[in-house]
Amino acid sequence: MTTSSNLLAMMALDDLRVLEIGDERGAWCGKLLADMGADVIKIEPPDGDPSRRYEPFVDDEPHHERSLFFWYYNTSKRSVVMDFNERSNADAFLKLVESADIIFDTNTYDPIGRLGLDYHQVMADNPRLIWCTITNFGFGSVRDDEPHTDLTLAANGGFAWMNGYDDHSLPPVRGGGQQAYHTGSNYAFMSILTALLHRDATGVGQHINVNINASVNVTTEAGSYSWLVAHATVQRQTGRHAGVAPSMPSQIKCADGRYVNTGIPPRRPAEFGLVYQWLEEEGLLDALPEAPLLQVGGQLESFSLADVFSGDNEELLAIFGAGREAFDLLASKLTAYEFFTKAQNLGFQVGVIHSPEEALEDPHFVDRGMQVKVEHPELGREVIYPGAPYQLTKGSWGITRRPPLLGEHTDEVLSGLE
Amino acid sequence: MPHHVKSKALSHLRICDFTGQLAGAGATKFMAAFGAEVIRIEDPSNHGRWDILRGMPPYVDDRRGPELGGPFNNHNVGKLGISLNIKTEKGRELFERLVAISDCVTENFSSGVMRSWGYDYDALKQLKEDIIYVSNCGFGHSGPYEKFKTWGPIVQATSGLTMSSAIPDQPPAGWGYSYMDHTGAYFMAMAIMLAIHHRNRTGEGQYVDVAATEAALTLNGPVLLDYTVNGRPLRRDGYPDANHSVSPAMAPHNIYAAKPIPGSFDEAWIAIACRNDEDWHAMRDVLVADGCDWAADDGYGQISGRMAAQDELDEHIAEWCLRRDPFQSAEMLKQAGVPANAVQTPEQRIDQDVNSAEARVWPTIRQAEMGRVRVDGIPAHFSETDWSMTRGAATLGEDNDYVYGELLGLSQDEIAGLHEEGVI
Repeated sequence: MTTSSNLLAMMALDDLRVLEIGDERGAWCGKLLADMGADVIKIEPPDGDPSRRYEPFVDDEPHHERSLFFWYYNTSKRSVVMDFNERSNADAFLKLVESADIIFDTNTYDPIGRLGLDYHQVMADNPRLIWCTITNFGFGSVRDDEPHTDLTLAANGGFAWMNGYDDHSLPPVRGGGQQAYHTGSNYAFMSILTALLHRDATGVGQHINVNINASVNVTTEAGSYSWLVAHATVQRQTGRHAGVAPSMPSQIKCADGRYVNTGIPPRRPAEFGLVYQWLEEEGLLDALPEAPLLQVGGQLESFSLADVFSGDNEELLAIFGAGREAFDLLASKLTAYEFFTKAQNLGFQVGVIHSPEEALEDPHFVDRGMQVKVEHPELGREVIYPGAPYQLTKGSWGITRRPPLLGEHTDEVLSGLE
Repeated sequence: MPHHVKSKALSHLRICDFTGQLAGAGATKFMAAFGAEVIRIEDPSNHGRWDILRGMPPYVDDRRGPELGGPFNNHNVGKLGISLNIKTEKGRELFERLVAISDCVTENFSSGVMRSWGYDYDALKQLKEDIIYVSNCGFGHSGPYEKFKTWGPIVQATSGLTMSSAIPDQPPAGWGYSYMDHTGAYFMAMAIMLAIHHRNRTGEGQYVDVAATEAALTLNGPVLLDYTVNGRPLRRDGYPDANHSVSPAMAPHNIYAAKPIPGSFDEAWIAIACRNDEDWHAMRDVLVADGCDWAADDGYGQISGRMAAQDELDEHIAEWCLRRDPFQSAEMLKQAGVPANAVQTPEQRIDQDVNSAEARVWPTIRQAEMGRVRVDGIPAHFSETDWSMTRGAATLGEDNDYVYGELLGLSQDEIAGLHEEGVI
């Protein structure tokens, strides 16, 4: 178990001040910046960021300081309350901007316009400033006025079309989490870092226009390039790649009712031999009439997969079929976790299908420090958060403070401005 | 800014690049688009086939071959390509000279491959004091599963993302593609640039261990805290329920069957999300005006009532959605201020959505053998140093003359000799 990082250790972005203005669409970008050491100041309206009122709450008691949704996305940040409807705040805002390296906003509160300020003038007065807007369709899009959520953006941009079941009477499925927003935020963070490296070299800042819909669009693998290259359309399939043509199932239910993804089943001579041995170790040779075919497969010289897919070589097809049958049988006798670890130790790319909490508690991720304890003194609790998405060996990741209380840092931040 | 003006954002950086497939190649593609000089190294002895995407479908026409695969081209736009056999003594010497003039070394082999060649971080540091070495593999370079192998679907399975993508009483639907190959590449790009900024500040290089499964684990979102704080697992009766929304609570919130569009697929779907009571009241008015008296039921007026009666509400809305094609219904709802959208097919979102042209996100590039082809662009534009994509993936060794000749100073004869010997 890792505890939240030592504040004295240098972090890669601890030379930067960031203003976060906006809603949950950009909060993930802010967390990525803040957990690398940037001083991310979340500017909230007087009644707080809307996501403070999102479920789930600590002990299911609704309160703006108990939203686990808000907590998840706002570690390591500070909170300043500023009412953008009050033009008298324009001076304070401009001073904050002058102290900042980076601003990102989701355009929700339109701070510039409402404070009576001009965006171009602000940029001209702060030539080192990096200003990133994260919007549904790009800054100034003709679709800008449309209402959307993570779900409808996933539908518009292509995620939903990709995911679902072989049975097409069942609907397309949005992935878990808020991956349309995550993807927009991922691109925002990558873009901000790009602009930062340019500023490191030249001293010049700039405006970045991130488009969430476009971010989803370019994150669909074959969904996009099958159309771009060959004008072909992929169709959703249960638990595996959507395809232009149907493919074999790759998800098996194990003895404990949980699933594994069988990944790439046995397809090389040595692998057929290994599966045969595995069946033997489990005492399952008699239960699989096709087992002798695996022995035959194990003795083969190498062959090309094209020979298999052509369908002309019946013996090869039978051997491949036996490999799949063997996987099905083994899975039906083992728990998903046993099947996963035994298969991987033999060199097969299979995966246990963990729930999110099972992943967090998996011994590998625990060993790698993916459980990080953060103190929440107001509630007298120590809370486990997921750890680093990448392991830098210098200037590394850490949660520097629990998510901020509403307006917790208003006075200290605003009084610190010249 | 037009697509062909080369970006200067990262043009001061050179990356010595062993990445492939998508989880690695996507990271250096992003940086190449912003002007980084990415030198992608491929093994001539098997025509670069370590990267299994080389030569894989789809294709632009009837031709087949290692230079004609759509995905490989898509993921390697804008990079230089050289051939180099690292298992030869002369190949190692050339690689070491390249490292000495590079800012970063990047790879996404299985754990241990670079080490087996004698190139761990300490060895690379001997070649260049401030080198940044970034690896990206499924389970990272330590821990119980260090030797386990992955690709996108395995990363998604073991991290929780496959399981959470499902509807009740069905097996996991998962992600119908390698979401975490794309997104693992995004995190790899972040890691590279974070390490460069650290170097800019301190002068020191470093090793970065990116594990795609860990990046994926962090993307599960608030469900993780619902477990660690409230003890509520996602594996429980009635869950996962990915098309509904309990966090935040929204209802109706689902994907419904719609009337198919003539001449298109025989299925069509619409996503609808009422964020709050105000959205529902607006949707109710649309429905009542369309003859749906049930919508006026006061029980639906507040979120608590709608969450409790979600299945019943879904049944009513499902009937209404079948009346029209999903674009028509979505337009009616959006006009009223309610989030709604057709589940767009690739053709609809790429070629018919007005936002495609606005976003300038599908640039046409030229690849030496494929010719002109569209690729995934970058969904952001910069006011000063915008990205560009003009050249497709390099053919095997396409940039040998530039890299070995101009950068390393070899003569034409020397280059020809190395080629002859199978070194490059």
